[in-house]
Amino acid sequence: MAEAPIPILEMRNVGKTYSQNGRSIEALRGANLRVKKGEFICLIGASGCGKSTLLRMAAGFEAATHGDNLMWGMPISGPGPSRGMVFQDYGLFPWLNVRDNIGFGPRSRGRTKAEIRETSDRFIELVGLQNFADVYPHQLSGGMKQRVAIARVLANDAEVVLMDEPFGALDAMTRERLQDELVDIWSRTGLTVLFVTHSIEEAIFLADRVVVMSPGPGRIDNEYLIDLSRPRDIASPEFNEWRRLLSSQLHSHHGRKAG
Amino acid sequence: MRPLLLAVAFPAAMLAIWHFATVDRPGSLIPPPYEVWLELWDLAFGGINDDAYSKTLHIHLLASISRVYGGFALALIVALPLGMLIGRVPLVRQLLDPTIQILRPVPVTAWLPLAMIIFGLGPRSAFFLVFLGAFYPILVNTIFGVRSVEPRLFEAASMLGCSEPAQFFRVVLPAALPSIFTGMRLGLGFAWVVIVVGEMTGVQTGLGAIIMEARQLSRTEIVISGMIVIGAFGFLSDQLVMLIGRRLLAWSPSHG
Repeated sequence: MAEAPIPILEMRNVGKTYSQNGRSIEALRGANLRVKKGEFICLIGASGCGKSTLLRMAAGFEAATHGDNLMWGMPISGPGPSRGMVFQDYGLFPWLNVRDNIGFGPRSRGRTKAEIRETSDRFIELVGLQNFADVYPHQLSGGMKQRVAIARVLANDAEVVLMDEPFGALDAMTRERLQDELVDIWSRTGLTVLFVTHSIEEAIFLADRVVVMSPGPGRIDNEYLIDLSRPRDIASPEFNEWRRLLSSQLHSHHGRKAG
Repeated sequence: MRPLLLAVAFPAAMLAIWHFATVDRPGSLIPPPYEVWLELWDLAFGGINDDAYSKTLHIHLLASISRVYGGFALALIVALPLGMLIGRVPLVRQLLDPTIQILRPVPVTAWLPLAMIIFGLGPRSAFFLVFLGAFYPILVNTIFGVRSVEPRLFEAASMLGCSEPAQFFRVVLPAALPSIFTGMRLGLGFAWVVIVVGEMTGVQTGLGAIIMEARQLSRTEIVISGMIVIGAFGFLSDQLVMLIGRRLLAWSPSHG
């Protein structure tokens, strides 16, 4: 392990305790995670298992109470363009049309007008929103909004894309399409993805590695390398085997918690 | 067609009542509508009474409009940055907000005597009152708008590489714009209310000034004419703000 290349993201014994109304709540305890460049990782677990907290610390929105969050071996001190976040509630700027939402990052970094235009048009095309470039977010469907949010992060040259239950608010059809598109984009661009979900099927369909977490206090229980070849068939026996395994893993925690 | 008819029906009925209650009554203190109409015409174009007021409307109108928009513009220039700072910077909020909350309930018109002492008798006091009248609505709505920006948008901006100072212009201002516009609309409406009070003492020109002067001369038809002109221009200026607002807020589902 000592000779392994420096991971793009690394969490070393990370803990997070919030204090709320004088009470302290331990959201995460002793989490260790190494993410290799180009890996697709899904974090899965019941609510309160600290998966979103972990993601938000990787983004730099929150600081760890214990331990270290590192990117390329350097401490993460705050949010930055190298780690783009895709929120479940999109977080699009309602006063900017699709093109300007996607161009927001490049503009923040002082690119010229022509460069911004070129970049945003390229990523509008990548997510297939050519006919909606001049439309405002409130005129878009949920799936389209999430496409914009993904394009916005990619247009800003993010190396790591952090996704917090990004498809959780979408209907099943749209969800499946976006999963396919995401895998397609990921395999073409060599991105690193950290993806929070509560759907076992989604995790197995997307991930190279599934990290199972459990609540009370939030912690990492286990990791599974999903060795299924891509594109994955959710109806295949191998897929079902994984589903059964992870399901029993997750439910054993539920049982333990209830008991 | 139907909404238009309905909108016109009520004022038409009022006009009729006014007409029948005042016409052919020499003792009436209120002139009938037709006399007011003649006076309004004479104020604007002359040729009917040929007295000191004939053809003077544009002078008074211009004086009032310049004070309304001047005071309003000054209020906007001060209240907008101040509101953004109070809304976003805790230190500024702790320093200024309590004072503002205490001063705000004081009716703007109650400032008139003090304004006359500080700024002297004349148009400058009127200007100050208009400023104050427009200031509070803009300030309060700007603060509200800034404070209700979704925290998510700040997270989105910062992960996209937008620095915190830059977020003032690229996130706070546009996100608060609908509220700011509401404040501007209220402020401008208030400016038109306050201008009359401001011009009632020691001011020679302005719609408020002629209303007050005509009252002392018992020229009630001029008083009513002045009221009509203020109503009309207050309405027009509100429409103008709404028009600008609709263009600027086309992105907002509740405006565009």
